[in-house]
Amino acid sequence: MATVHVDNQRYEMDDKQNLLQACLQLKMDLPYFCWHPAMGSVGACRQCAVKQFKDESDQHGKIVMACMTPVTEGARISIQDAEAVEFRAAVIEGLMINHPHDCPVCDEGGECHLQDMTVMTGHNYRRYAFEKRTFRNQNLGPFLNHEMNRCIQCYRCVRFYREYAGGNDLNAFALRNIVFFGRDKDGVLENEFAGNLVEVCPTGVFTDKTLKQHYTRKWDLQMAPSVCVHCAVGCNITAAERYGMLRRLVNRYNGEVNGYFLCDRGRFGYEFVNSQRRIRKPLRHGQPVGLEDARAGLRKLAAGGAIGIGSPRASLESNFALRSLVGADYFFAGIPGREAALLKLMLEILGNGPAPAASLREIEHSDAVLVLGEDVTNVAPRMALSLRQAVRQQPMEIAERLRIPLWMDHAVREAVQDEKGPLFIAAASATRLDDVAAATFRGAPDDIARLGFAVAQALDPAAPGPEDLPGQTRELAARIAAALKGAKRPLIVSGPSLGSAAIIQAAANVAWALAGAHLAFTAAEANSMGLAMMEAPALDAAQAATAETAIIVENDLYRRLPAAEVDQLLARFGHVVVLDHLENATTAKAELLIPAATFAEGEGTLMSSEGRLQRFFAALSPTEPVEPSWRLLGGWNTLDEIIRALAEAMPQLAAVREAAPAASFRMEAAKIPRQPHRYSGRTSMLANISVHEPKPPQDADSPLSFSMEGNPKQPPGALQPFFWTPGWNSYQAVNKFQEEIAGRLEAGDPGVPMFASGGGGHAFFNAIPAAFEARAGEWLLAPLFHIYGSEELSREAPAVAELGPQPYVALNPEDAAQFGDEVELMGQRFRVSRIAELPRGVAGIPAGVPPFAGLELPAWSKIQPIQ
Amino acid sequence: MLSTIRTLWYVFLHMFHKRVTIQYPDEKAYLAPRYRGRIILSRDPDGGERCVACHLCAEACPVDCIALQATEDENGRRYPEFFRINFSRCIFCGFCEEACPTYAIQLTPDTEMGEYKRPNLVYEKDDLLINGEGKYPGYNFWRVSGVKIGGKDKGEAENEGPPVDVHRLLP
Ligand code: SF4
Ligand code: SF4
Ligand code: SF4
Ligand code: SF4
Ligand code: FES
Repeated sequence: MATVHVDNQRYEMDDKQNLLQACLQLKMDLPYFCWHPAMGSVGACRQCAVKQFKDESDQHGKIVMACMTPVTEGARISIQDAEAVEFRAAVIEGLMINHPHDCPVCDEGGECHLQDMTVMTGHNYRRYAFEKRTFRNQNLGPFLNHEMNRCIQCYRCVRFYREYAGGNDLNAFALRNIVFFGRDKDGVLENEFAGNLVEVCPTGVFTDKTLKQHYTRKWDLQMAPSVCVHCAVGCNITAAERYGMLRRLVNRYNGEVNGYFLCDRGRFGYEFVNSQRRIRKPLRHGQPVGLEDARAGLRKLAAGGAIGIGSPRASLESNFALRSLVGADYFFAGIPGREAALLKLMLEILGNGPAPAASLREIEHSDAVLVLGEDVTNVAPRMALSLRQAVRQQPMEIAERLRIPLWMDHAVREAVQDEKGPLFIAAASATRLDDVAAATFRGAPDDIARLGFAVAQALDPAAPGPEDLPGQTRELAARIAAALKGAKRPLIVSGPSLGSAAIIQAAANVAWALAGAHLAFTAAEANSMGLAMMEAPALDAAQAATAETAIIVENDLYRRLPAAEVDQLLARFGHVVVLDHLENATTAKAELLIPAATFAEGEGTLMSSEGRLQRFFAALSPTEPVEPSWRLLGGWNTLDEIIRALAEAMPQLAAVREAAPAASFRMEAAKIPRQPHRYSGRTSMLANISVHEPKPPQDADSPLSFSMEGNPKQPPGALQPFFWTPGWNSYQAVNKFQEEIAGRLEAGDPGVPMFASGGGGHAFFNAIPAAFEARAGEWLLAPLFHIYGSEELSREAPAVAELGPQPYVALNPEDAAQFGDEVELMGQRFRVSRIAELPRGVAGIPAGVPPFAGLELPAWSKIQPIQ
Repeated sequence: MLSTIRTLWYVFLHMFHKRVTIQYPDEKAYLAPRYRGRIILSRDPDGGERCVACHLCAEACPVDCIALQATEDENGRRYPEFFRINFSRCIFCGFCEEACPTYAIQLTPDTEMGEYKRPNLVYEKDDLLINGEGKYPGYNFWRVSGVKIGGKDKGEAENEGPPVDVHRLLP
């Protein structure tokens, strides 16, 4: 800590920070552009100028860039100093010289950092009346819109895209006042995190193209705190509604989880909510019926004896409501046995083993990482972005030795050069993190597990290890072990993606053989872990159950098991009831089909792969007859009631109550408004239907209100619908809500982590698989994951679907030599994709992409040439 | 007593003053062009819809009686898909006109909008859009803005240079 005088006021500041960050942390207003809380300072924009004085008697001082000046004991600075004020106004006037007259038609308008800073510096009249330079825009794919005229050359975009996210197809071109930020030619931005440019770019150069199709200003959106449902990482999002339609998602800061960034699947996958294929009315035998009728039918069928099939994409509450309706003995988890066993194993390792689960923040700060059997970018995308930062941890010690402050981004990067911390990736094929890996290993699942076991043994001779490992692999294992041992915060990443228990066990052995290691598991779906916590038997067991009716909640069984098996399973029941959002193969089999609310229309709790319980809230006002499954299934009127019952019935999930405050919570006797106080059109939006404004819908399930009325103060983190403070209309307002810049939210980071501290001791696993052997004429089908395409719901968003793969069979080129461009698999023809990184004897197929969606992988199968 | 007499005297004198009350509706009062009455949406000098659906009028409206939805034509020109003013709520404060960056929304000196049924006071874009420029002739937002629309390419707006060639490396 250091004592610093700002405008003759004494403040305590953290001497590891720069003046800009420290001032913002003290909630002062100081304009900036190029500095970013997650990316540090480069001093490119000159906007954050302040006056610094030598001592008390110094009357002149000198102008310095606050973001490039470290906090030092006894420093005296002035933000209000006339010369500094004038300097900042001059800088912004310069930046605005070429700025187009676009605000009215600019999608950034109303949440534009440049607008905010322009107002803050008081530059409000254009004096420059000469020619403006212009640019041509590029088509950057379905996610982002490009409008280069608006650029102020802050370089944030390329710094984020290239240096932070590891992309290489966005760059700065040309020179002096014609610097251009884009690709070398039109084309889809390749990086999986490109969508963050919407928030990273302080202007309207990069804006959300999906929002543009139903554009709404930020001030007109009804927003709710929500959680991404497109993978198990559980990134926090703000879901936004207007005119009854989900308009967009933006990042919602959670210091422990997603921080400032989302992945593009999460950001743009939301459009499934607006899909034409949404089920909007209850149907009996395909004929519309009333909701009450449908619910009565459901109750009657349930009373006549029913089994319930839950889902890893339904909330804990919905699964629990189903379990309560049919009885614990008749409730099945809705995932195949193998996946259920893997999830159970992961829970057992996190719950009882000594290694704690790592949050994304902890992943980011790990200094040595072993990834076992996961293509992280395609399975748990946001985690991959954190791993990319982890690679910088060890080299940053070089900068520390040189006494370069860590926020001084380019100086640190200069010092570090291409130095990378140890990241080892063992996967079935190439991954998108290979470019920063110290070494990669490709192998069939069993070989990956064997490598893991060997690493564990190299770390702790008490751990069992494989015999007869090839010399090269043994050397690699020793190298990995040495790197992990030398690290202060080692991390092991693994998961169920390759369907192998041995991989997960090997990962656990490695973590347990190391002192102080963290474990990070991935999981397939938003509530996979939560469902596993409910300890229900898997879908396979349902095949033996006898009952008159099957009730299936938010689950397309045809994505869980092969079609023939599902047909057989469903044929066992006289009646099939399905509750779901979108039409799919399972809903087509339903006698009674009831529309279920998505994350945007209902509320519930999800458990992320880290074991964090997080609540999501409805952004759309309730619209009959679409209701959350837990309410449709009956028995409870409010969310709090069912949560109480859930916590009582399942003590292992008792913490679900703490995921967010109860509905009775009030901020100084008022609810928390979902709408900003500037929300417009209140007395007109429905006037075409009736001139009598309806009373805003009441929300009995949460402390949030569907209106602009309420307490505007900062609510607890889990209830924060959006970030806004006076003068800060853009997402950058989040600075004002943090305890420490880029740290914890002042009102607490949302979510309850269940496995944040390791359990007791645990014996090493010792079931080491035999080495993989290729077979003649048969291949081991292994899933290859795709960020766009493998996940069920985001597949339905047009922008995401556009980038998804067509079905293919991937083979090692040597294996593929015997085939032409197409092969026959399961009686169908598929295109052959030749991937050199794939081990011989293994065939990769796109996970979750029809017709492969229901296959339980890995599995052996014949592949034949086309006759 | 004295003041009462004085007041009576003044009242008496008023009998010889010019009358201000007129026989409305046979006779109509003069309302200046800037009088704040019925709101219209105007067109630019080229006959195009002036409103660019920026939502600023809706935002400025203190009674929130303007609702609209932005959309774009195939060439990127933004306009309101629908534009609704609920005149049964409007207080004719003129904030919308003040907020409008394109001179699209204007208040007119027409105040004769009485209706027996409130729903008839809900005006849609069809009811609001006139065929002229209203009080502010000559302005066309799209000629100033840097956004490309049909008939106006990049670099063709006022005070704009031609698009730069980004592959050029000459200083
Ligand atoms: S980037 Fe900001 S300042 Fe520039 S036109 Fe868009 S809204 Fe206006
Ligand atoms: S495109 Fe945006 S982020 Fe990139 S330099 Fe320009 S203003 Fe900055
Ligand atoms: S990483 Fe997963 S949870 Fe996070 S935004 Fe992407 S899909 Fe959503
Ligand atoms: S302020 Fe003007 S341009 Fe903007 S929406 Fe209203 S009428 Fe249209
Ligand atoms: S924020 Fe300090 S120079 Fe850009």
